[in-house]
Amino acid sequence: MKRRVWLWGAALATYAFLYLPLAVVVLFSFNDSELNASWVGYTTRWYRVLANDTDMLQAAANSLFIALAASTAATVLGTMAGIAMQRWRPPLLAFLVLTPVAMPEILLGVSLLLFFRQVLDLTLGLFSILAAHVTFSTGFVAIIVRARLAGMDDSLFEAARDLGATPWQSFVRITLPLILPGIIAGFLMSFTLSIDDFVITFFVAGVGVTTLPLQIYSMIKVAVTPEVNAVSTLLMALTLSLIVLAARFAPETLRARS
Amino acid sequence: MALLELRNITRRFGKLEAVSNVTLDIAAGEFFTLLGPSGCGKTTILRMIAGFDAPDAGSIALDGRPLAGIAPEKRPVHTVFQSYALFPHLTVAGNIAFPLEMAGRTRDEIRRRVGDTLALVHLEDKGDAYPHELSGGQKQRVALARGLVNRPRLLLLDEPLGALDAKLRERMQGELIALQREVGVTFVFVTHAQQEALALSHRIAVMNAGRIEQVDVPEVLYSAPRNRFVADFIGTINLVEVSVTATAPDRLELAAAGLGALTTAPVADAAPGTRGALALRPEHVRIGRAGAPATLKNRVEGTVAEYLFLGDVTVYKVRLADGSRFEALETNAGAGRAQFHAIGERVTLQWRHDAGVFLRD
Ligand SMILES: Nc1ncnc2c1ncn2[C@@H]1O[C@H](COP(=O)(O)OP(=O)(O)OP(=O)(O)O)[C@@H](O)[C@H]1O
Ligand SMILES: [Mg+2]
Repeated sequence: MKRRVWLWGAALATYAFLYLPLAVVVLFSFNDSELNASWVGYTTRWYRVLANDTDMLQAAANSLFIALAASTAATVLGTMAGIAMQRWRPPLLAFLVLTPVAMPEILLGVSLLLFFRQVLDLTLGLFSILAAHVTFSTGFVAIIVRARLAGMDDSLFEAARDLGATPWQSFVRITLPLILPGIIAGFLMSFTLSIDDFVITFFVAGVGVTTLPLQIYSMIKVAVTPEVNAVSTLLMALTLSLIVLAARFAPETLRARS
Repeated sequence: MALLELRNITRRFGKLEAVSNVTLDIAAGEFFTLLGPSGCGKTTILRMIAGFDAPDAGSIALDGRPLAGIAPEKRPVHTVFQSYALFPHLTVAGNIAFPLEMAGRTRDEIRRRVGDTLALVHLEDKGDAYPHELSGGQKQRVALARGLVNRPRLLLLDEPLGALDAKLRERMQGELIALQREVGVTFVFVTHAQQEALALSHRIAVMNAGRIEQVDVPEVLYSAPRNRFVADFIGTINLVEVSVTATAPDRLELAAAGLGALTTAPVADAAPGTRGALALRPEHVRIGRAGAPATLKNRVEGTVAEYLFLGDVTVYKVRLADGSRFEALETNAGAGRAQFHAIGERVTLQWRHDAGVFLRD
């Protein structure tokens, strides 16, 4: 019994350590004060300020567009990679797809920057951010789709062909429906990765285009206003709901991410 | 003309020759079985017939048409997989409709034929169930129904009863025979269970290490195995090392080291001096107390080493003078308890002059 109490205490302390800062951010986004110092009173005015902040809105629009486009592309590529990895097991493919997942973000950011600038001589902007996000998201989708396929009997796909389905019919009628939860989870996962990515985006964004995390960072450099709390709260709500959704579709995804 | 012809099929995986020079003719309407131990190449042959694999040498023809280069979906051949491979996201009816949809049948026809086929396998009320809601035997029936619904020329069954428990397996064997008779589709059935093969098949090909050892109807395979492997693999058999001493029109005279002179049924051109084995089924051997009057031609003495009472029969394992083991089987058909011979008891084993088969080395 004593042991149980002790364990509960440790668990609570850990959760408090993890979530208290987030709770403070949420709380202070409703604080009726210019300063993030002490609680004054309830207000939604920071959300109104946010709604009129054109820079912030532009950054949010960029982020949404990039997240949508990058996760769509990553989902298509990652699904194909995941299927190929499970079906033919090419040794190099798994390595190539999974390396960006394991690579430290800062390394990926620097190398992508060098690649875009020195090798491709690309002007940094929306496209370079998009390409970078596709790069690190594809591996996650591939892992999820592959995990889904690994739990399935290989003879299902042979059975489809055996019963008269062409390779395409077999893909559309059997493979796709069976891995759809994995694909959706992969998409949602890519979306959350993309929308809150800071490090890699920071390197490849260039000067013209900014995303939500970059915009928040540049505001903090001046001062941590409650507006930052408000936008952080919204971002947090979006990310959390996407993760919950992803976990519903493929419970194994949460493990794949860590 | 045979429905399915395999001509000198060979399939190698690296150094391993999984299938070696196999030639088979399977007739329309036949229940044909490939029987052999694990790893002898049965599945590999089925996969080549279905089109998932191709032979390195040799040819396969269906209805006289070579199958080489024809994709699996274009072959009028369906497979029942050991794992059933039912599509988990489709209902039972959806699974059974799948081959019909792929073949482009009309809606009405699909509905009618799915209904008919569900009735055929006694699953009328399970059409809307999903595979995970079914028992092992029911899944088995759905897999059969799905394989048969579009009336393939050939149905391949890869150990379809392997995952079922003994009781259910026996019942499904009965259903399988009835089903095949009813629909008239040619079955190529794979198993490593010899009893199952004997019970179900019109003809059996016994395989060993990629080769076909013998193709025959079950009775012949059982009573006249062509070599030691087949003799040993099908049922239980006593093998005695012998050499031929003389030939007669009605029997073959043999000498067995340590056991004396024996006789067996004659075989073609077995000259004196030919070495081989005498293969004798336990049910041909009569067991009695030592010294009991001899009525049959062949006789050996031994000591009971152990016996297994199996209910309908009792199997005696008898140690002979030369140290080898011999099995004799006695049916327990007498009234009351069968008379057992005790362990350690001296017994005489005897059998008819023409019982047993001489297997040349
Ligand atoms: N794709 C493959 N690559 C390499 N070796 C293979 C392959 N498929 C089969 N083999 C080998 O070929 C041999 C025959 O295999 P096969 O699956 O045909 O045996 P089987 O008779 O069906 O056995 P079981 O009763 O265990 O199913 C085995 O030694 C197997 O390891
Ligand atoms: Mg097999």
